[in-house]
Amino acid sequence: MSPSARGRRIGILCAGLLPVAFAWGEYADVILNSRSEAEGVAPVIFPHWFHRIRFRCSVCHVELGIEMRVGSNSMRMDSITNGEYCGACHDGQTAWSVDNCDLCHSGRPGLATGIQGGHQTGGPGKY
Amino acid sequence: MTSLAKKAGFVGFIALFVAASMFAAMRYAEAQSNPNSFNRLLKPASERNAPPATDGIHDPTSDGTALLQTPLEAFDPLAKSNSGNYVNWNQALDDGGIAPWYSVSNPNAAPIVLDMNIVREVKGSMPNVVYPHKQHTEWLDCANCHPAIFIPMKGANQISMASILLGEKCGVCHGKVAFPVSECRRCHSQPKEAAARQ
Repeated sequence: MSPSARGRRIGILCAGLLPVAFAWGEYADVILNSRSEAEGVAPVIFPHWFHRIRFRCSVCHVELGIEMRVGSNSMRMDSITNGEYCGACHDGQTAWSVDNCDLCHSGRPGLATGIQGGHQTGGPGKY
Repeated sequence: MTSLAKKAGFVGFIALFVAASMFAAMRYAEAQSNPNSFNRLLKPASERNAPPATDGIHDPTSDGTALLQTPLEAFDPLAKSNSGNYVNWNQALDDGGIAPWYSVSNPNAAPIVLDMNIVREVKGSMPNVVYPHKQHTEWLDCANCHPAIFIPMKGANQISMASILLGEKCGVCHGKVAFPVSECRRCHSQPKEAAARQ
Protein backbone atom coordinates (compact mmCIF):
# COMPACT_ATOMS: atom_id res chain seq x y z
CA MET A 1 0.00 0.00 0.00
CA SER A 2 1.39 3.45 -0.92
CA PRO A 3 1.76 6.01 1.89
CA SER A 4 -0.96 8.27 0.45
CA ALA A 5 -3.38 5.34 0.18
CA ARG A 6 -2.62 4.43 3.77
CA GLY A 7 -3.18 8.06 4.82
CA ARG A 8 -6.44 8.12 2.96
CA ARG A 9 -7.52 4.92 4.64
CA ILE A 10 -6.65 6.34 8.09
CA GLY A 11 -8.43 9.57 7.17
CA ILE A 12 -11.58 7.71 6.20
CA LEU A 13 -11.34 5.69 9.42
CA CYS A 14 -11.05 8.87 11.52
CA ALA A 15 -13.85 10.58 9.58
CA GLY A 16 -16.00 7.55 10.35
CA LEU A 17 -15.19 7.70 14.07
CA LEU A 18 -15.57 11.47 14.54
CA PRO A 19 -19.34 11.90 14.28
CA VAL A 20 -19.90 8.97 16.64
CA ALA A 21 -17.70 10.72 19.16
CA PHE A 22 -19.44 14.11 19.12
CA ALA A 23 -22.91 14.27 17.80
CA TRP A 24 -26.34 13.21 18.80
CA GLY A 25 -28.46 14.46 15.93
CA GLU A 26 -30.51 17.64 15.86
CA TYR A 27 -32.82 18.39 18.82
CA ALA A 28 -36.16 16.56 18.35
CA ASP A 29 -35.01 14.33 15.48
CA VAL A 30 -37.00 11.10 15.63
CA ILE A 31 -35.43 7.75 14.79
CA LEU A 32 -37.85 5.08 13.57
CA ASN A 33 -36.37 1.62 13.47
CA SER A 34 -38.89 -0.80 14.90
CA ARG A 35 -39.35 -2.33 11.45
CA SER A 36 -36.92 -0.69 8.99
CA GLU A 37 -33.74 -2.69 9.49
CA ALA A 38 -35.60 -5.93 10.11
CA GLU A 39 -37.15 -5.44 6.69
CA GLY A 40 -33.87 -4.58 4.99
CA VAL A 41 -33.84 -0.76 4.77
CA ALA A 42 -31.96 1.88 6.76
CA PRO A 43 -33.65 3.42 9.82
CA VAL A 44 -35.85 6.47 9.21
CA ILE A 45 -34.83 9.87 10.59
CA PHE A 46 -37.70 12.35 10.91
CA PRO A 47 -36.48 15.93 11.40
CA HIS A 48 -39.05 17.80 13.52
CA TRP A 49 -37.27 21.12 12.83
CA PHE A 50 -37.74 20.88 9.07
CA HIS A 51 -41.42 20.03 9.38
CA ARG A 52 -42.35 22.58 12.05
CA ILE A 53 -41.07 25.36 9.79
CA ARG A 54 -43.78 24.28 7.33
CA PHE A 55 -46.57 22.86 9.50
CA ARG A 56 -47.91 23.45 12.99
CA CYS A 57 -47.87 20.53 15.45
CA SER A 58 -51.60 19.87 15.20
CA VAL A 59 -51.47 19.15 11.46
CA CYS A 60 -49.67 15.85 12.02
CA HIS A 61 -50.63 15.20 15.63
CA VAL A 62 -54.38 15.84 15.27
CA GLU A 63 -55.39 16.02 11.60
CA LEU A 64 -53.25 13.11 10.45
CA GLY A 65 -53.67 11.25 13.74
CA ILE A 66 -49.98 10.57 14.35
CA GLU A 67 -49.55 9.75 18.05
CA MET A 68 -46.99 11.90 19.85
CA ARG A 69 -45.30 9.04 21.71
CA VAL A 70 -42.40 7.68 19.68
CA GLY A 71 -42.99 4.12 18.51
CA SER A 72 -46.75 4.16 19.14
CA ASN A 73 -47.67 4.50 15.46
CA SER A 74 -47.88 1.45 13.26
CA MET A 75 -46.41 3.02 10.14
CA ARG A 76 -45.85 0.77 7.16
CA MET A 77 -44.88 1.71 3.62
CA ASP A 78 -48.16 0.36 2.24
CA SER A 79 -50.17 2.67 4.52
CA ILE A 80 -47.94 5.60 3.56
CA THR A 81 -48.38 4.94 -0.18
CA ASN A 82 -52.14 4.80 0.52
CA GLY A 83 -51.99 8.37 1.83
CA GLU A 84 -51.80 7.75 5.56
CA TYR A 85 -49.16 9.20 7.92
CA CYS A 86 -46.26 10.71 5.91
CA GLY A 87 -48.16 9.83 2.72
CA ALA A 88 -50.67 12.64 3.36
CA CYS A 89 -48.02 15.07 2.06
CA HIS A 90 -45.27 12.87 0.59
CA ASP A 91 -47.34 12.09 -2.49
CA GLY A 92 -45.41 13.96 -5.17
CA GLN A 93 -47.81 16.94 -4.87
CA THR A 94 -47.35 18.68 -1.51
CA ALA A 95 -43.93 17.12 -0.93
CA TRP A 96 -41.66 14.74 -2.81
CA SER A 97 -43.03 11.24 -3.25
CA VAL A 98 -42.08 8.02 -1.49
CA ASP A 99 -39.89 6.79 -4.36
CA ASN A 100 -37.08 8.83 -2.78
CA CYS A 101 -36.42 6.04 -0.28
CA ASP A 102 -33.07 7.22 1.01
CA LEU A 103 -34.18 10.76 1.91
CA CYS A 104 -36.08 9.25 4.87
CA HIS A 105 -34.26 5.93 5.21
CA SER A 106 -30.93 7.65 5.83
CA GLY A 107 -30.02 6.53 9.37
CA ARG A 108 -26.91 4.70 10.47
CA PRO A 109 -27.30 0.96 10.94
CA GLY A 110 -28.24 -0.15 14.43
CA LEU A 111 -29.99 3.02 15.67
CA ALA A 112 -32.66 2.52 18.32
CA THR A 113 -36.15 3.99 17.91
CA GLY A 114 -36.47 7.17 19.95
CA ILE A 115 -36.33 10.93 19.99
CA GLN A 116 -32.99 12.79 19.96
CA GLY A 117 -32.23 15.72 22.15
CA GLY A 118 -33.64 14.97 25.55
CA HIS A 119 -31.53 17.69 26.98
CA GLN A 120 -29.23 20.23 25.37
CA THR A 121 -26.11 18.51 26.67
CA GLY A 122 -27.16 15.28 25.01
CA GLY A 123 -24.64 13.42 27.12
CA PRO A 124 -25.01 10.46 29.44
CA GLY A 125 -26.30 12.78 32.17
CA LYS A 126 -29.58 13.31 30.33
CA TYR A 127 -32.69 12.39 32.20
CA MET B 1 1.24 22.56 -10.79
CA THR B 2 3.37 19.47 -11.20
CA SER B 3 1.92 16.12 -10.33
CA LEU B 4 4.51 15.84 -7.53
CA ALA B 5 3.36 19.10 -5.93
CA LYS B 6 -0.23 18.03 -6.37
CA LYS B 7 0.54 14.74 -4.65
CA ALA B 8 2.41 16.54 -1.85
CA GLY B 9 -0.55 18.89 -1.40
CA PHE B 10 -2.94 15.98 -1.21
CA VAL B 11 -0.76 14.10 1.28
CA GLY B 12 -0.45 17.33 3.29
CA PHE B 13 -4.22 17.77 3.31
CA ILE B 14 -4.73 14.18 4.46
CA ALA B 15 -2.03 14.60 7.13
CA LEU B 16 -3.72 17.79 8.36
CA PHE B 17 -7.10 16.09 8.38
CA VAL B 18 -5.73 13.08 10.27
CA ALA B 19 -4.00 15.40 12.76
CA ALA B 20 -7.22 17.38 13.29
CA SER B 21 -9.19 14.17 13.68
CA MET B 22 -6.68 12.78 16.18
CA PHE B 23 -6.69 16.05 18.15
CA ALA B 24 -10.49 16.03 18.31
CA ALA B 25 -10.54 12.35 19.23
CA MET B 26 -7.94 12.96 21.96
CA ARG B 27 -9.94 15.88 23.34
CA TYR B 28 -13.06 13.72 23.41
CA ALA B 29 -11.15 10.83 25.01
CA GLU B 30 -9.80 13.23 27.65
CA ALA B 31 -13.27 14.60 28.34
CA GLN B 32 -14.51 11.05 28.77
CA SER B 33 -11.63 9.84 30.93
CA ASN B 34 -11.32 12.93 33.15
CA PRO B 35 -14.45 13.22 35.27
CA ASN B 36 -13.46 16.75 36.32
CA SER B 37 -12.90 18.25 32.86
CA PHE B 38 -14.50 21.62 32.29
CA ASN B 39 -18.00 21.55 30.77
CA ARG B 40 -17.73 17.80 30.42
CA LEU B 41 -21.10 17.29 28.73
CA LEU B 42 -21.78 20.70 27.29
CA LYS B 43 -21.63 20.79 23.53
CA PRO B 44 -19.49 23.72 22.32
CA ALA B 45 -21.21 26.18 19.96
CA SER B 46 -19.17 24.90 17.02
CA GLU B 47 -20.76 21.46 17.35
CA ARG B 48 -24.38 22.64 17.49
CA ASN B 49 -26.81 22.14 14.60
CA ALA B 50 -24.41 19.77 12.83
CA PRO B 51 -25.13 19.01 9.16
CA PRO B 52 -26.76 15.59 8.57
CA ALA B 53 -23.54 13.96 7.33
CA THR B 54 -21.75 14.59 10.65
CA ASP B 55 -24.66 14.62 13.12
CA GLY B 56 -23.94 11.07 14.23
CA ILE B 57 -27.31 9.58 13.36
CA HIS B 58 -27.46 9.97 9.57
CA ASP B 59 -25.45 7.51 7.50
CA PRO B 60 -22.74 9.67 5.88
CA THR B 61 -22.36 7.14 3.06
CA SER B 62 -26.04 7.37 2.05
CA ASP B 63 -26.85 9.38 -1.09
CA GLY B 64 -29.97 10.69 0.64
CA THR B 65 -27.97 12.21 3.50
CA ALA B 66 -26.05 14.40 1.05
CA LEU B 67 -29.31 15.81 -0.37
CA LEU B 68 -30.83 16.83 2.97
CA GLN B 69 -30.94 20.46 4.05
CA THR B 70 -28.54 21.45 6.83
CA PRO B 71 -30.25 22.82 9.97
CA LEU B 72 -28.01 25.89 10.07
CA GLU B 73 -29.08 26.94 6.58
CA ALA B 74 -32.72 26.88 7.68
CA PHE B 75 -32.11 28.44 11.10
CA ASP B 76 -29.90 31.30 9.93
CA PRO B 77 -32.72 33.85 9.37
CA LEU B 78 -34.72 32.79 12.45
CA ALA B 79 -34.77 34.20 15.98
CA LYS B 80 -32.20 32.49 18.22
CA SER B 81 -32.44 30.85 21.65
CA ASN B 82 -30.03 29.20 24.06
CA SER B 83 -31.19 25.61 23.91
CA GLY B 84 -32.93 22.92 21.93
CA ASN B 85 -32.55 23.72 18.24
CA TYR B 86 -31.11 27.12 19.31
CA VAL B 87 -34.10 28.67 17.54
CA ASN B 88 -36.79 30.66 19.35
CA TRP B 89 -39.69 29.06 17.50
CA ASN B 90 -42.38 31.28 19.02
CA GLN B 91 -40.53 34.45 18.16
CA ALA B 92 -39.85 33.13 14.67
CA LEU B 93 -43.59 32.54 14.31
CA ASP B 94 -44.52 35.97 15.71
CA ASP B 95 -42.08 37.94 13.57
CA GLY B 96 -42.97 36.06 10.39
CA GLY B 97 -39.67 34.19 10.08
CA ILE B 98 -41.77 31.07 9.57
CA ALA B 99 -45.37 30.69 8.44
CA PRO B 100 -46.34 27.07 9.10
CA TRP B 101 -49.68 25.80 7.80
CA TYR B 102 -52.46 24.98 10.26
CA SER B 103 -54.15 22.50 7.95
CA VAL B 104 -52.72 19.84 5.69
CA SER B 105 -55.09 20.81 2.86
CA ASN B 106 -55.63 24.56 3.37
CA PRO B 107 -52.61 26.88 3.50
CA ASN B 108 -54.86 29.77 4.60
CA ALA B 109 -56.46 28.10 7.60
CA ALA B 110 -55.85 30.15 10.75
CA PRO B 111 -55.29 28.59 14.15
CA ILE B 112 -57.97 28.97 16.84
CA VAL B 113 -55.95 30.95 19.38
CA LEU B 114 -57.04 31.04 23.01
CA ASP B 115 -55.51 33.95 24.91
CA MET B 116 -55.78 32.76 28.50
CA ASN B 117 -52.99 32.57 31.04
CA ILE B 118 -53.03 29.98 33.81
CA VAL B 119 -50.98 30.97 36.86
CA ARG B 120 -49.79 28.05 38.93
CA GLU B 121 -48.49 28.94 42.34
CA VAL B 122 -45.51 26.77 43.06
CA LYS B 123 -43.85 25.57 46.24
CA GLY B 124 -40.58 27.00 47.49
CA SER B 125 -38.86 30.13 46.27
CA MET B 126 -39.21 29.58 42.51
CA PRO B 127 -41.32 32.18 40.72
CA ASN B 128 -44.86 31.04 39.88
CA VAL B 129 -45.54 29.43 36.54
CA VAL B 130 -47.50 31.44 34.01
CA TYR B 131 -48.82 29.07 31.38
CA PRO B 132 -49.87 30.95 28.22
CA HIS B 133 -52.58 29.23 26.19
CA LYS B 134 -51.85 31.76 23.42
CA GLN B 135 -48.40 30.47 22.43
CA HIS B 136 -49.55 26.87 22.75
CA THR B 137 -52.73 27.21 20.69
CA GLU B 138 -50.76 28.90 17.91
CA TRP B 139 -49.12 25.50 17.35
CA LEU B 140 -51.48 22.96 18.84
CA ASP B 141 -55.11 21.94 18.92
CA CYS B 142 -56.99 21.64 22.25
CA ALA B 143 -57.13 17.88 21.67
CA ASN B 144 -53.33 17.57 21.76
CA CYS B 145 -53.32 18.22 25.52
CA HIS B 146 -56.93 17.88 26.73
CA PRO B 147 -58.01 15.63 28.29
CA ALA B 148 -55.28 12.99 27.91
CA ILE B 149 -52.33 14.99 29.29
CA PHE B 150 -54.08 17.73 31.27
CA ILE B 151 -57.63 17.49 32.67
CA PRO B 152 -59.27 20.77 31.60
CA MET B 153 -60.36 21.73 35.11
CA LYS B 154 -58.78 24.12 37.59
CA GLY B 155 -56.85 22.30 40.31
CA ALA B 156 -57.35 18.88 38.74
CA ASN B 157 -53.76 18.42 37.57
CA GLN B 158 -50.89 17.63 39.83
CA ILE B 159 -47.67 18.65 38.13
CA SER B 160 -44.16 18.27 39.47
CA MET B 161 -40.75 18.88 37.96
CA ALA B 162 -40.00 15.20 38.61
CA SER B 163 -42.90 14.09 36.43
CA ILE B 164 -41.93 16.62 33.75
CA LEU B 165 -38.37 15.30 33.74
CA LEU B 166 -39.75 11.81 33.29
CA GLY B 167 -41.64 12.97 30.20
CA GLU B 168 -45.09 13.40 31.72
CA LYS B 169 -47.32 16.53 31.65
CA CYS B 170 -45.32 19.48 30.17
CA GLY B 171 -42.47 16.99 29.61
CA VAL B 172 -44.42 15.28 26.84
CA CYS B 173 -43.13 18.10 24.59
CA HIS B 174 -40.75 20.22 26.69
CA GLY B 175 -37.42 18.45 26.68
CA LYS B 176 -38.16 16.58 23.46
CA VAL B 177 -39.41 18.98 20.81
CA ALA B 178 -40.33 22.24 22.58
CA PHE B 179 -37.70 24.19 24.54
CA PRO B 180 -36.09 22.03 27.26
CA VAL B 181 -36.65 22.44 31.01
CA SER B 182 -33.21 24.01 31.44
CA GLU B 183 -34.95 27.27 30.46
CA CYS B 184 -36.46 27.60 33.97
CA ARG B 185 -37.56 31.22 33.74
CA ARG B 186 -39.51 30.92 30.54
CA CYS B 187 -42.19 29.12 32.60
CA HIS B 188 -41.36 30.23 36.14
CA SER B 189 -41.82 33.86 35.19
CA GLN B 190 -44.01 35.50 37.83
CA PRO B 191 -42.05 36.61 40.92
CA LYS B 192 -43.64 35.66 44.24
CA GLU B 193 -43.63 39.31 45.46
CA ALA B 194 -45.69 40.41 42.49
CA ALA B 195 -48.16 37.61 43.15
CA ALA B 196 -48.48 38.63 46.81
CA ARG B 197 -49.15 42.29 45.94
CA GLN B 198 -52.07 41.48 43.64
